[in-house]
Amino acid sequence: MMQAPDLPFWAALIVALLLLAGAGLTLTGALGLLRLKSFYQRVHAPTLGATLGAGCILIASMLCFSILESRPVLHEVLIALFLTVTTPVTLMLLARAALYRDRVAGNPETPPDFGQQQPGPPADRP
Amino acid sequence: MSALFLAWAITSAQILLGFAMLCTLVRLIRGPRAQDRVLGLDTLYVIVMMLFLTFGIQTGRTLYFEVALIIAMLGFASTVALSKFLMRGEVIE
Repeated sequence: MMQAPDLPFWAALIVALLLLAGAGLTLTGALGLLRLKSFYQRVHAPTLGATLGAGCILIASMLCFSILESRPVLHEVLIALFLTVTTPVTLMLLARAALYRDRVAGNPETPPDFGQQQPGPPADRP
Repeated sequence: MSALFLAWAITSAQILLGFAMLCTLVRLIRGPRAQDRVLGLDTLYVIVMMLFLTFGIQTGRTLYFEVALIIAMLGFASTVALSKFLMRGEVIE
């Protein structure tokens, strides 16, 4: 299925480069998701695709449709805004759920708790 | 000329996104714990959304944009519901 819209040369070049960059960044994030060792390392990897990769592909789509319809098409800003708002929220919720489950299970790889330390005895003053 | 290399670039971007989907699918199946599977599912939703955007560029139709928007919203809702389930044991309290 090799077909493409009929764009002028400069626009085709920019759209092609943005598409390849976005897909390559997403593949990098997915490889990180596959290869990294612990969950708390893995949770960082796919955000590369969800922010920069999706941004590149959305800009390419915006440019392509703006030239095809010869008017500014800004639908894709909606998806970009939605992704920017929701990606941190979902990953924060997921990481907190994972932290809770790891603490309940007593997993030794759980990161230490810095927020709720019990105050120790006061140090001796000279 | 320009249409030819644009077609080549779109097809190779789709192939790269397909490999990325394969990686997340392996993590989804093999993931040692439930949170790894949920993370793989969330990444799979984002990659499918980008694949639909490339289909939209390829065919020049705006129909695929709406599909991509709906998939992004469903991915957000499902990941929030699944992580709430992992945290509490139920979705609606």
